[in-house]
Amino acid sequence: MERHELIVIGGGPSGLAAATTAANAGIECLLIDEQANPGGQIYRAVGTIPEQRASLLGPDYNYGRKLVDQFNQSSASYLPGTTLWNLNSQREIGILRDGQASLISADRIIIATGAMERPVPFPGWTLPGVMSAGAGQILLKSSGLVPAQGVVLAGVGPLLLLLAWQYLHAGVKIHAILDMSPSGNIWRALPHLPGALLAHHYILKGLRYQMQLKMAGVKFFSGVTEFHAVGGDLLEAVEFTHRGGRKRIDTHLLLSHFGVIPDSHLSRCAGCDHTWDANQLCWRPVADKWGNSSVDGIAIVGDGSGIGGAVAARHAGRIAGFEAARALGRMDEKQRDDAAREDQGWMRDDLRVRPFLEARFHPPAELLSAPPDETVVCRCEEINAGAIRTAIHAGHKDANQVKFLTRCGMGPCQGRQCDNAVSQIVARELGDKKMISGGYRIRPPIRPLTIEQLAALDEGADPK
Amino acid sequence: MNAKSDVIIIGGGLMGLSTALHLGRRGIKAVVLEKASPGRHASGVNAGGLRQLNRHIAEIPLTVAAAEIWKNIRELVDDDCDVVLNGQVRVAESDAQLQKLQARVDAVKAQGYQHEQIIDSETLYRLVPRLVGGCVGALYNPDDGSARPFHAATAFRHKAIALGAEIRSGVEVLAIEESNDGWKLDTNQGVFSAANVVNCAGAWANCFAAMLGESVPLTPKAPTLMVTERLPPFLDLTVGAEGYQLSFKQMQNGTVIIGGAHLAKLDFEREQSVIDFATLKTSAQTVTRFFPHMAQVRIVRSWAGIEGFMPDNIPVIGKSAKAAGIFHAFGFSAHGFQLSPIVGRILSELILDGKTDLPIEPFDIRRFNESES
Repeated sequence: MERHELIVIGGGPSGLAAATTAANAGIECLLIDEQANPGGQIYRAVGTIPEQRASLLGPDYNYGRKLVDQFNQSSASYLPGTTLWNLNSQREIGILRDGQASLISADRIIIATGAMERPVPFPGWTLPGVMSAGAGQILLKSSGLVPAQGVVLAGVGPLLLLLAWQYLHAGVKIHAILDMSPSGNIWRALPHLPGALLAHHYILKGLRYQMQLKMAGVKFFSGVTEFHAVGGDLLEAVEFTHRGGRKRIDTHLLLSHFGVIPDSHLSRCAGCDHTWDANQLCWRPVADKWGNSSVDGIAIVGDGSGIGGAVAARHAGRIAGFEAARALGRMDEKQRDDAAREDQGWMRDDLRVRPFLEARFHPPAELLSAPPDETVVCRCEEINAGAIRTAIHAGHKDANQVKFLTRCGMGPCQGRQCDNAVSQIVARELGDKKMISGGYRIRPPIRPLTIEQLAALDEGADPK
Repeated sequence: MNAKSDVIIIGGGLMGLSTALHLGRRGIKAVVLEKASPGRHASGVNAGGLRQLNRHIAEIPLTVAAAEIWKNIRELVDDDCDVVLNGQVRVAESDAQLQKLQARVDAVKAQGYQHEQIIDSETLYRLVPRLVGGCVGALYNPDDGSARPFHAATAFRHKAIALGAEIRSGVEVLAIEESNDGWKLDTNQGVFSAANVVNCAGAWANCFAAMLGESVPLTPKAPTLMVTERLPPFLDLTVGAEGYQLSFKQMQNGTVIIGGAHLAKLDFEREQSVIDFATLKTSAQTVTRFFPHMAQVRIVRSWAGIEGFMPDNIPVIGKSAKAAGIFHAFGFSAHGFQLSPIVGRILSELILDGKTDLPIEPFDIRRFNESES
């Protein structure tokens, strides 16, 4: 089996920083990236994008170019366009590139797979015409595509504002922005404001976006509840409750967003321990301050280990790069500590805004844990919330037993879309506040692999 | 916790649940102690094969009796367990293989059983139209099929509870000692006592047998299964192949389940299995050999269940050789699912009547002592 000293998985800010740092410390390092170019989701296509679109995306986006340049100048090798369908606790990785499946392994692995949008099963979320705001942003970044007939943006979280601001500048008609964060959030967030002011640029940026959108005449509805996407074969409108009254806005496109959560499929497939994060309402891998997971030789950095944003991710990547240098014998502990100190300080400062943001943009709990019985939760297998509740009350007291019985989470997406919601429905039905029941066990291949590709698997010659 | 009952069953898998159910039918309320959750390992995640075909000769009386129960499983558990009885075939690629299968049929008939037959290639391709060309015939049983294992385990559990059984999850047995009126089990959840104790602990059964000084050469292994995306219906039967590790069937929802006892790497202490894709490569090659149209089909998931294997690949069923009031049913070596309804009945008879009509001598635990000495 092809063996590397270090394999970094993911080409976003944390992965690029980790690979660059480790390579600069003399480690033989391979970065595996699902994308065609380095940058990840946040800096998607940063190296290839036209100047005009780049300026639309703002100065933060352009910072990504510097990271990519530094990575390109390092000795790290780069494997683009490569999907990863397995990672196990023995640090063996299954990859697929140009249709060829292979097994490779490493002495050390850094998972930097970042975040995914939080899937929320609200009524009508499976209608054609309902997309995630993240998907909308991918279209804007990679191909400059914007909605031609106008859009409603709905949900919770800073990305909604950012995308609205980007759309405004691209001339898109925004029918309305619906903020579903509970009205109490602002009061719960206030105690965290003094700490957040130390990272005040984030808050100022948000306020600036909001002001510009309001000045442009975009309608804002806050404290929105009982949100439904409605239509027959296609989305026709959104309906919601606002200030006690029921409202309807016609639209053929809804971009929804409920914050981001760690994409933990890979770390769970590898058998790393995870814990329920009650502030971020998601599963998060257990990791020490160097990023080390519970599995020997596997570290997890960036948003994949808990949402901290691109800047914190970059520092975490560097810190994990120094730790890799220690683990692989290029630095002793003191050298590592000295090298990482600056990044640790910057990361701490940057993360000061998180408790404020987490409280301000905390999604309404019942949105996740109490979808109506008829709402589809698992869209692959078309299992609705009622069937899940029935299974729970028939004695299936954790997400995996519910999965076995109902097939919820057994479809091609491997439970990516319903895992979080099912965990929370189980917890709510059983009155289990600590979410001790656990999420789905994740089974490889975690990305599609055909029978023929497996039959032609390249295991590589065993070095022994 | 200090609970007393007539019968304690160790292990909430299908064998334990079936035993509790059959005891319940005769008015005995058993307590099932399950260290994880019912059906957590092999019972819940196996391929669900209802196969009489090509079994060890010693198992034939049991498998035939079990098949009769599966035909009307609703009468036993009030649920159809998604049973489908469309037949199973074991395909032969060469005349030599077919002759071997014919000899098998003759041996089964010599025992007085008629459930296995040889079919010619014409019949085979009528039954399995998508099978690759060139196969010469097959061993066939039209009454075999499959069920959904977790549904079956759930149905057995519900019926056992309805008949008075108590299922205790998260209870791990730490020690056993003889008391005045039976046995005392020390567990992580307190002490449980009973006159009779049944060992249905699957891959963990030897841990308990060893407490009684009755160790057996049981090896825990983790056979792997793969499931594909949904496909339009193309196959009603379960297909195996002589000379290959293959078990291949399409479920009612269109997915295809691929097995054949390809093993995952097992860390038994941590109860973790690591899927071995180098081994599954062979499995995928076997699939494309017999069903070339599967080449582009996507594998959605693979998993492994932890199961107990005996050296002779047949189970231990019967009374303990060392201690009165102790009974065993374990080591089904990855083909126990079909036997579960009859094994529960056998154990209930051994406990309540002291005997059973079915021939269980070949499964006696003492067979391993004899070979050692």
